[in-house]
Amino acid sequence: MKLPMMGVINLVHEPEEMSALTASRCLATVPFGGRYRLIDFVLSSMVDSGIPKVAVFAHRKFRSLMDHLGSGGHWDLHRNQCGLFVLPPSMEDMADFGKGDLYQFYRNRDYFTRSAPEYVVLARSHMVCNLDFERVLDRHRERGADVTVVCKRWPYAQTGLTRKVNLSASGRVVDMQDHYGRLESDIVSMEMYVLRKDLLLDLVETSLAQGKDHFVRHALMSRLGELKVYAHLHEGYLGVVNTVASYYRHSMELLGRDVWFELFNRPGPIYTKVKDEPPAMYRSGSRVQHSLVANGCEIEGEVYGSILFRGVKVRKGAVVRGSIVMQNGIVGENGSLENCILDKEVEVRGSQQLRGSAELPLLAFKRKII
Amino acid sequence: MRRNECIAMLLAGGEGRRLGVLTKDLAKPAVHFGGKYRIIDFTLSNCVNSGIETVGVLTQYQPLVLNQYLGIGSPWGLDRRDGGMHVLPPYVRPKGGVWYKGTANAIYQNAGFIERYDPEYVLVISGDHIYKMDYGRLLDTHKGNRADATIAVITVPWKDAGRFGILEVDEEGRIVEFAEKPKQPKSNLASMGVYMFSWSALREALIDDESDSRSSNDFGKDVVPRMLRGGARLYAHRFEGYWKDVGTVESLWQANMDLLEDEPALRLSDREWRIYSVNPNQPAQYLSPEASVGGSLINEGCFIEGTVNRSVLFHGVRAAEGSLIEDSVVMPNAVIGRGARIVRAIVGEGARVGEGCRIGSPGSAEIAVVGSGDEVAASEAKAEVEPI
Repeated sequence: MKLPMMGVINLVHEPEEMSALTASRCLATVPFGGRYRLIDFVLSSMVDSGIPKVAVFAHRKFRSLMDHLGSGGHWDLHRNQCGLFVLPPSMEDMADFGKGDLYQFYRNRDYFTRSAPEYVVLARSHMVCNLDFERVLDRHRERGADVTVVCKRWPYAQTGLTRKVNLSASGRVVDMQDHYGRLESDIVSMEMYVLRKDLLLDLVETSLAQGKDHFVRHALMSRLGELKVYAHLHEGYLGVVNTVASYYRHSMELLGRDVWFELFNRPGPIYTKVKDEPPAMYRSGSRVQHSLVANGCEIEGEVYGSILFRGVKVRKGAVVRGSIVMQNGIVGENGSLENCILDKEVEVRGSQQLRGSAELPLLAFKRKII
Repeated sequence: MRRNECIAMLLAGGEGRRLGVLTKDLAKPAVHFGGKYRIIDFTLSNCVNSGIETVGVLTQYQPLVLNQYLGIGSPWGLDRRDGGMHVLPPYVRPKGGVWYKGTANAIYQNAGFIERYDPEYVLVISGDHIYKMDYGRLLDTHKGNRADATIAVITVPWKDAGRFGILEVDEEGRIVEFAEKPKQPKSNLASMGVYMFSWSALREALIDDESDSRSSNDFGKDVVPRMLRGGARLYAHRFEGYWKDVGTVESLWQANMDLLEDEPALRLSDREWRIYSVNPNQPAQYLSPEASVGGSLINEGCFIEGTVNRSVLFHGVRAAEGSLIEDSVVMPNAVIGRGARIVRAIVGEGARVGEGCRIGSPGSAEIAVVGSGDEVAASEAKAEVEPI
């Protein structure tokens, strides 16, 4: 069944410290999990939850985003009635580029007013999770909330940049601070906000009229007293991927068997752009253990505790440990990698030995030849 | 190739009777092959890669799986505004309707479909074969010879020649004799079941064939010999490369094993000639810390905790700890229990092999088969899966 809710994936000023990984692409299209891009997780969650209409507010370096999303067909969003809408930044002049997400929502308010669904869920692209938005909406209506924020109890120190949240005993949000704030709390915001479409449009126009242009920071955080903002705690897996360290850490978590079953399959599958690569070929004499391997790979060497994206070649005598090798990477004969992240199409020639550490993985630029 | 200069008619009604339990509820073109494909993917991909973008797929036997798989042809890029892929089952007319009586009759009954596109040439192919071929070159040969029909041929070992349609050609490549499964073959040029016809000549031949009540309405048995007798210009087009009819359990198993060679004759990783297929949306395959995999082709969605040697695994296969899969083909979503041993076997789609079961044996001449959806528990393993 269709949900009376539309999805918005908001890429305007996403917080990130991803170094070379976002040198030529936006955060939403950073490759993750052997064959996905970060945006696939929230987009697939929306589709699997029955959200019929999704808008992606693109902002910077979105060529790879357009290439990846295409017409939305891979997510079953290439539809006559609704489907996927990519909204590039709408600007009068370059100065508008620096303005916040509320400004972009305002410029595209026709898109919202022309859409039938009563509710909107605003989300970011860098929350790696698989969740059912129908449950979030049900809870939102039951409680008579104005805004519901999806949150996760996060007692660990390390992850990406997250907004901290403090809740009252009834689950109401009483305090919220940006990632650099000093608020002490083990609850983090997953940056997913459910609210009525007319409330969103009201917040957009009122805030802009007051000279404020940032949805969470201005429209929401300053109204925690007057609006009923509740948290919905997500029980399943979460990876906040917007720093190099959290990218590496959450990638390695995928090698736990429970995470693999949960994140990729429950409640629904994660979709991505199809590449038509043949199955992975493991030559005799290869050794591969505790790893995630995508199609199109050809492995002659040894791979341990690593993630190989589509079309990666590991030649004879090469050893790959604790590393992430993105699409079409080549590890040449007798080469060796330890704790490395190789961006797409990196070639490691000859018997090079590259070493990083788990805390500080070595990161190689796209198409680099080493 | 000009739009609709040539359209393809793909015969996909084959029963694949000799594949036994592997085709109990699907047609032969829908049988899984090569870790992620179904047999029909090869001919559909050949069409698209050759620039043929109008394809009629003739279905008849057990079409449900095939119909769902084909959809509107999107995975092969055949969902087109003009032309594209069309599934053509037998249909009812004002004066009743009949099943397709033979390969030629299937085309005859769909002459109306062909006429709607008004092509000059019609390619007739079968969805039962595995090969990569540029039909554009076949068309070049056809045009160069101003032929009425051109048959793609491949050289086969003399000892096997009796199993094929065998052609004898003169020095210009014109066919002088055609014998279907001859006892004493005069040549080792075998028909691949790939025919390029000039539509006007084919139309006439089909009408002739239809008026003959003794005809079995088959291309190889009736139409081609009749055209030859009538003096039509029939030529052979030599094809070099991998071509296989996977009609039996043994040949299906062997064709899968062929892919595991160091330099396989059928290269699936050729980016210039991709083989397209329906994507099952599965995560990257997972190999546990205990897994051991060698000389194998493994698809996305597999979860491997056991040992896999010289085998082909389709998507979603679960191989539990301590299991061994060797010299085998395991089809989608099959579950192999702890400590089970699968050797020289084909395990059908969705089959469940229980803990500790033994299927097949290294010395066995025949290939053991577990049917699609079958469940094999430890106690019955021996009896249930003796080679068929």
